[in-house]
Amino acid sequence: MNGAADLGGMMGFGPVVPEPEDERFHAEWERRILALVLAMGAARRWSIDAGRFARESLPPPVYLNSSYYAIWTLGLERLLVATGLVGEAELAEGRAREAGADVRAWSPDDARAAFAAGSPYTRPAPGPARFAVGDTVRTRVLNPTGHTRLPRYARGKQGTVERVHGVHVLPDSNAHGHGERPEWLYSVRFSGRELWGEAADPTLTVDIDAWESYLAGPA
Amino acid sequence: MSDHGIPEKVEALESILVEKGYVHPETLDAIVTTYDGDVGPRNGAHVVARSWVDPEYRERLRADATAAIAELGYGGRQGEHMVAVENTPDEHHLVVCTLCSCYPWPVLGLPPTWYKSPAYRSRAVLDPRGVLADFGVTLPEATRITVHDSTAEIRYLVVPMRPEGTEDLDEEALAALVTRDGMIGTALL
Repeated sequence: MNGAADLGGMMGFGPVVPEPEDERFHAEWERRILALVLAMGAARRWSIDAGRFARESLPPPVYLNSSYYAIWTLGLERLLVATGLVGEAELAEGRAREAGADVRAWSPDDARAAFAAGSPYTRPAPGPARFAVGDTVRTRVLNPTGHTRLPRYARGKQGTVERVHGVHVLPDSNAHGHGERPEWLYSVRFSGRELWGEAADPTLTVDIDAWESYLAGPA
Repeated sequence: MSDHGIPEKVEALESILVEKGYVHPETLDAIVTTYDGDVGPRNGAHVVARSWVDPEYRERLRADATAAIAELGYGGRQGEHMVAVENTPDEHHLVVCTLCSCYPWPVLGLPPTWYKSPAYRSRAVLDPRGVLADFGVTLPEATRITVHDSTAEIRYLVVPMRPEGTEDLDEEALAALVTRDGMIGTALL
């Protein structure tokens, strides 16, 4: 969707403010929401893509006016309600009114094992890759109301295939429970001028990772 | 930025989720311990220093970064599919996630606040030299800049150039020179 999370190329946010390496959190609640979001992985009720969609579909004024861990908080509330794990009234009251659904909560060891294992997104190839390194491609112009990982600034642009990453779960489908529909994934390189016009930094190139259905052959 | 009411929401969420039996409080504490210290950019610094001192390791890191990083004991969540990109005098790499906050957790830990900020995410792909100036970094005019927008589950680790005059340093001393921002591409060493 064309939501507030799709920030590439916007202006007016001011300078980037660097921070020292050991400054990881700014308040205790940030630690707790990080842990809550990760621990709810035990419930297996939503994919990483559904989690991203819950955050990026927040109303733009809310998204842009919230810190990142606040966005995580609001996103988790949406996911819990949408999956029926928590009722809206429970959220409003701040306490449970009904017994929980069937979820086997993680022990500390379960959590550590899940993080160590990760969750690979590669899948067996459904067929041969359509493009090879060096091919000229053009991204499609897509404006789906659902989830996509094709940023607005890189739609309808001509680029070159830089890497072929293998076959990966398609977020556009997986975010909405429509199956993983794995596709070939490529790094596609664009010149700054292709993306931003003649005034662009002539030394700039930008790579995005794009699924095959985001790409057409050269126009 | 208004996080009004958010700390209270987090507190309420924690009590509801614990009451419902979805999370154990001790698991929350363990997760915080993992990501508020145990996993951080010293892991990535180890990888970078090894690639500087061991040419065969460097080749393996170029060919299959996920496997090469796993050799040193790092991997898992948000590092399932790694790619390492090397800075050279001719080409500088910068990593961003314009759409959210994708970042290679096993080697760098959690992303810093600025990495997730609209200021960084909006401008890194449009005006990377301006972003670098915010970090006090100026690249030569002729240096090419390649920005990697992490739009899929591939996670990028920048291998900075080894500083001059470090021929006599061992791997551990070299690792101490490698900064988190250097491995994102917003700093030089």
